Amino acid sequence: MNSIKERLLNGIVKENPTFVLMLGMCPTLAVTTSAINGLGMGLTTMVVLALSNVFISLLRNIIPDKVRIPAFIVIIASFVTVVELLLQGFIPFLYDALGIYIPLIVVNCIILGRAEAYAYKNPVIPSLFDGIGMGLGFSVALTCIGAVRELLGAGEIFGIHVMPESYVPVSIFIMAPGAFFVLALLTAIQNKVKINGEKKGRDMSKIQSGCGSDCMNCAESGCSHRLVDQKTESVKEENDKTKEDKNND
Amino acid sequence: MIKELLVILISSSLVNNVVLSQFLGLCPFLGVSKKTNTAAGMGAAVIFVITLASAVAGVIYKFILQPFDITYLQTIVFILVIAALVQFVEMFLKKFMPGLYQALGVYLPLITTNCAVLGVALTNVQKNYGILAGVVNGFATSVGFTISIVILAGIREKMAHNDIPESFKGMPIVLVTAGLMAIAFCGFSGLL
Repeated sequence: MNSIKERLLNGIVKENPTFVLMLGMCPTLAVTTSAINGLGMGLTTMVVLALSNVFISLLRNIIPDKVRIPAFIVIIASFVTVVELLLQGFIPFLYDALGIYIPLIVVNCIILGRAEAYAYKNPVIPSLFDGIGMGLGFSVALTCIGAVRELLGAGEIFGIHVMPESYVPVSIFIMAPGAFFVLALLTAIQNKVKINGEKKGRDMSKIQSGCGSDCMNCAESGCSHRLVDQKTESVKEENDKTKEDKNND
Repeated sequence: MIKELLVILISSSLVNNVVLSQFLGLCPFLGVSKKTNTAAGMGAAVIFVITLASAVAGVIYKFILQPFDITYLQTIVFILVIAALVQFVEMFLKKFMPGLYQALGVYLPLITTNCAVLGVALTNVQKNYGILAGVVNGFATSVGFTISIVILAGIREKMAHNDIPESFKGMPIVLVTAGLMAIAFCGFSGLL
């Protein structure tokens, strides 16, 4: 029970994929034009993430180490296709709103990153809750960003008018440039928190600038180099590191 | 026919710029834009891969997926084909065109999971483009990517000497720049 709670909290707060790890920025920027779209994208990603985590965890002793990345991708792509068809059938308005970004969940760093970093090494139940926790964290983040953009850009939240009549919407916030500005502010706040934390001597290494800062660092989260063999080596090093950490504990 | 292709060329490269209005390929856009020449190298590699990938994906869609009525498998097939293609291109260049490999080699692995590549393949299917129109769309999209990444790299080179508030150093100021570029690119929407 404790480990489940720990996993959920880890995903939503401690390692929030958007606010802390800065993963999966493409969908974050593209679909957060309104709170409801953000929530829809977050939940869709959560379903895919939980299912793929469960499957990868079940198959972790069968998948050979060398071909694990292509195997992960096939599993993830299958679930994305399933979810896409379900959305098309049952929630058509969301399917239309998210459009091409649904199939693009396949290349979302979060999913492959969690498969690689957690599900491939851990049993089924914790992996399931890791997926749900991370997915919830992603949903919360997307909904918040979507709500802010919708509030500034249209004066509404979840389609309900909240701003006073005299408010003139800054429509640029629901257009493409607004996404960049909101993310810029977000990363600036993150930077500030990181700098303050370091001044106070806290360990801030968890907070990454993720994909944004440097593509080479993405290798660790599985963003680039995904299908390249050199990856195996860096992962081995990582594994050794985590083992050492455990020993130290 | 030619007019149609021209419209695709302009709309995909400038009006619906892949990075600035569709947010695809953000990772390399933000990550490899520190210097103009590396940005240009990345751009060239992206043009090469996306044009090739949209041709291959178009052929596979038309001659394998459609005849057998398995178009719902497109996402799985495209991602695997793109991944294999990039590996294959890398091996081919290494063996037969070492000069080009040296110029583009470093960037190729980075492109494998660039969502722009998959994005273009899926857009081609969604908009019912034929193989030729698909290739033109792929080429135009990647040219749009190259234009925006080179401009951003140029601005970042200038910006390196500026005095920036501490918490905006690094990524935030680059994102603000990208936002301003996106506003500028909105101006192209009058073209069509």
